[in-house]
Amino acid sequence: MYNEQVMDHFREPRNQGKLGRYSAIGKVGNILCGDVMWMYILVERSDNGDEIITDISWETFGCTAAIATSSMVSILAKGKTLDEAITITNSQVATELGGLPAPKMHCSSLAADALNEAIYEYLTAENRPIPPALEQRHERIARHRKELEERYAGFLEKTDNQQIKGLPGSPCC
Amino acid sequence: MNTRIYLDNAATTPIDSGVLDCMLPYLQQKHGNASSLHEEGRQARKAVEDARRDIAGTLDWDPRGIVFTSGATEADNLAILGLARSQPERRHIICSAIEHHAVLHSCDWLERQGYRITRLPVDAEGRVAPASVAGAIDEQTLLVSVMAGNNELGTIQPIREIGELCRERGVPFHTDAVQAVGRMDLPTQVTDLISLSAHKLHGPKGVGVLAVGPDVKLLPLVHGGGHERGLRSGTENVSGIVGLAAACRLMTEEQETHTRRMRALRDRLIDTVLTSIPAAKLNGSRSPLGSLPHIANFSFAAIEGESLVMKLDEQGIAASTGSACSSPDLEPSHVLQAIGVPIEMAHGSLRLSIGRQTVTEDIDSLLRILPGVVEQLRSMSPFKLGDG
Repeated sequence: MYNEQVMDHFREPRNQGKLGRYSAIGKVGNILCGDVMWMYILVERSDNGDEIITDISWETFGCTAAIATSSMVSILAKGKTLDEAITITNSQVATELGGLPAPKMHCSSLAADALNEAIYEYLTAENRPIPPALEQRHERIARHRKELEERYAGFLEKTDNQQIKGLPGSPCC
Repeated sequence: MNTRIYLDNAATTPIDSGVLDCMLPYLQQKHGNASSLHEEGRQARKAVEDARRDIAGTLDWDPRGIVFTSGATEADNLAILGLARSQPERRHIICSAIEHHAVLHSCDWLERQGYRITRLPVDAEGRVAPASVAGAIDEQTLLVSVMAGNNELGTIQPIREIGELCRERGVPFHTDAVQAVGRMDLPTQVTDLISLSAHKLHGPKGVGVLAVGPDVKLLPLVHGGGHERGLRSGTENVSGIVGLAAACRLMTEEQETHTRRMRALRDRLIDTVLTSIPAAKLNGSRSPLGSLPHIANFSFAAIEGESLVMKLDEQGIAASTGSACSSPDLEPSHVLQAIGVPIEMAHGSLRLSIGRQTVTEDIDSLLRILPGVVEQLRSMSPFKLGDG
């Protein structure tokens, strides 16, 4: 069901882990849906003043596709300017992996969203204007998070697993 | 990865070589159509009728009630829909919430046609309370369908009690015994309909049985040449039927020694997993009376089951999961949800199932590999155990 490229990233994930020093974290997904991604970015200015994602890493709870797409997004974003990184789309992530099975396409959205949220968090913390496209995507992610929280409200009340409460949500299933 | 370790025997089993030997002649030399008049046809007919008698003997059943089908899914469909067709005035069915989809989706379909379906809840180990069956039966009840042993958990249902009370109330009782045959004793004398499948018993895929009791009247779902006493038309799968009978014979003749051996492997598996892996939980029952000997289902906190199965596969081990990410509809297993496993734990489920070919070394290899794989996946996750 998965192609060899996806399996390669699953076997040997790139940029996996937590950065020692980072500028922002993008958190998406929901453990109740089965996948959660945290994307860490380190943003630094180059000599000509561009803001560059000089380092990136991720921590993911999820299926094979969630792990492979996290890995691929980190490769696509590393070394890019923020303006370039903002344009990375889920279909680009899937294409770069040589395609994903149809039920797994949402994993590529989740990975691209995690990057989006990390950049959003960075610009917000820096008190900078948010580009409209980034803002729109952030609003969509926040909307889905709210829907999920409502959908799973009963489960969250029931669970004794404190670590899953209040985690950020995103479209994932 | 030289040798694979196959621990997904509840999904399907390899054909036993003795069973295969019985089947092979019927694929080439004795290739006749059992309905033909000539020598080749008579040979095939004899093989089919011998198999029917054999299986009837195993189940202590009248051979005339043994109906060959394409598998247990068809047998379940025939039991439920065939009975509904023959008694259209009774429009209420009782089943458990953890039946196989072949039963649940047949009931769902009838519900859309206006039937009432009672899906009985199960306890934390997956057991139906017989009293809940008694309480659900009314004058409209067409059928009670409760599986003998659950395919995900291995939990055994109190089918003797359920069968007895169905008898008292005059309601037919169906049991899907796919996982149970050859692995536990079946109270066939209080059962009206039994579904079996060959490929779960080290027989071939694509053949099964619906055992139909003398007092049950069904109407066929498949029309044609009137095979199987008109209940299931279609040229008999002769080699498959011969294989099914051989597999049933094998499993029941050696039931005691093999179940004892599988039970010991299961116990070792459960004890070691629960002690060697932090935040691991058994889903279902540990008890020898409450569980089939070959299925063990676990949940691991902060693990997603699909990636766990894929990591194990990379290490040469075949297993399965009830995780949403492994199902086409992205919903976690209805069985795990019905026994109250929290959704995040259902995502982290792993089913390991033992076969006749499984040896102690296979279980030991798994027990060596599994803790490291769980640890590796947990280390990749943003959740750390003990957070919160």
